[in-house]
Amino acid sequence: MTEKVLMKGNEAFAEAAIRGGCRFYFGYPITPQSEIPEYMSRELAKRGGTFVQAESELAAVNMAYGCAAAGGNVFISSSSPGIALMQEGMSFLCSAEVPVVVLNVSRGGPGVGGIQPGQADYFQATRGGGNGDYHIPVFAPLGIQEAVDLIYEAPQIADRYRNPVMVLVDGMMGQMMEPLRLPEARPFVATEEIAAYKPWSLTGKAAKGGKRRVVKSLLLKPEQLEEHVEQLFEKYALAEKELVRFETIGLEKADVVFVAFGTISRLVAESIELLAAEGIRAGMIRPISLWPFPYAAFEQIDYTTTKAVISAELSMGQMIGDVKMGVNGRLPVQLIHRTGGIVPTSLEIVEKTKAILQGVK
Amino acid sequence: MATHKLFIAGSGGQGILLMGQILTYGAMHEDLEASFLPSYGPEMRGGTANCTVVVSDKPISCPLIYEADALVAMNLPSMLRFEPLLKRGGKLFLNTTLIEERPKRSDIEVIDVAANQIAMELGNAKAANIVMLGALIRETGVLQPKSIEYVLENKVFHGKKASLLPLNLQAFHAWQR
Repeated sequence: MTEKVLMKGNEAFAEAAIRGGCRFYFGYPITPQSEIPEYMSRELAKRGGTFVQAESELAAVNMAYGCAAAGGNVFISSSSPGIALMQEGMSFLCSAEVPVVVLNVSRGGPGVGGIQPGQADYFQATRGGGNGDYHIPVFAPLGIQEAVDLIYEAPQIADRYRNPVMVLVDGMMGQMMEPLRLPEARPFVATEEIAAYKPWSLTGKAAKGGKRRVVKSLLLKPEQLEEHVEQLFEKYALAEKELVRFETIGLEKADVVFVAFGTISRLVAESIELLAAEGIRAGMIRPISLWPFPYAAFEQIDYTTTKAVISAELSMGQMIGDVKMGVNGRLPVQLIHRTGGIVPTSLEIVEKTKAILQGVK
Repeated sequence: MATHKLFIAGSGGQGILLMGQILTYGAMHEDLEASFLPSYGPEMRGGTANCTVVVSDKPISCPLIYEADALVAMNLPSMLRFEPLLKRGGKLFLNTTLIEERPKRSDIEVIDVAANQIAMELGNAKAANIVMLGALIRETGVLQPKSIEYVLENKVFHGKKASLLPLNLQAFHAWQR
């Protein structure tokens, strides 16, 4: 195991991407993740990779598309409005089955919004802003270490599914520092090894008489397109089996169960301790994969003791729809939230929880 | 040890975030858990700066705090704004060179540190943050002074900045109750 280091979240994310084998980075600066392109511009070339500052996020995602189609391991990052600009590319990457790792260090919206942390990109991440039938596996770590581990693992998932994979953090995680352990670096795949490593990629070295390799998202014949989309969804069905990740805390005999991901799950964890001191048993389901959403986790709720399920979010309530599907009418589902870049205190969550419990008694 | 929640506030350029980072490195040096959460935004020199540091011997569930065990106010706006964040009986470290007013609350312990003045007497007003850090460590006992000395020598004042180490070590030990 490597030694513990202290790093700013954004720099740790960039380093984790390099160590995960991402050899190419295309990006455009945007707060609160500008330290990522800054770090990449400084470090990537030294390590044998390539950094390009694109003229916009739209350009960045299409550079990623081109490079990854040629078999390059690509990492891109941005923050909410920049990720919005990349949505067309996400749809194209999914259809063309090109793996890319994407990091969203999210901030408050809509529009240009603000630069403080938010979770209002849940719909954007899990429902997508791109056109057509597609999904992107989305992982939402709660802190820097978990983010580092997921960013490191993400290229393997992306390659296995030949699909973009997103890691969703927020500005607070990007800006804070926590001691962490970095994983051992995986070597970059050398250019001459790409054809063997990704036999579908456009390396220009197809054997004479071999099948032409094509990477595209245009299928004009409806029968072909339908068949293609159905094949994509066979992969997504597999992803729904393989990629569901979550953590639970204290569901047994709980009075109330929170559902929370990312930053707010850490506040909820403290709220649970504060509630326990007042004799209220609270538990939590913490989704780590937002797509596929851990609906199965809701079978672990103790429906004989739990009186309410609370979706705690840094948005006006976007995940709550998935929470309701998981609960499936068995309990009332309430929302505790702040938005616009405001993060509540754990005491605020405690007070709102007590008010909710008063209402459902 | 229990969990210590520290909040440090002042103006941009006073070395507020550096104080937080030094504490976090110090905690790592003692194999403790730590988190450092800076305020961020369209910050500028002379604007506000603050950070939260949590130090504990168990994993830190939450890097955000609703109350502080100790609060450092390096300038007046910081004292006025963050005084309510301090828990009852908490320690307020006041940079009395820049803050002439007294805090409103009577349920807290106030520790006067003429940080800028002490630093100026040592020959460099910029070391005010390290003077304050010395007071914070001595009065809270959150970390051992030798851990901070280690961080100053190995993480902050090394390489091109090594010449500043003696003055800052002096600054770190300068404040007396």
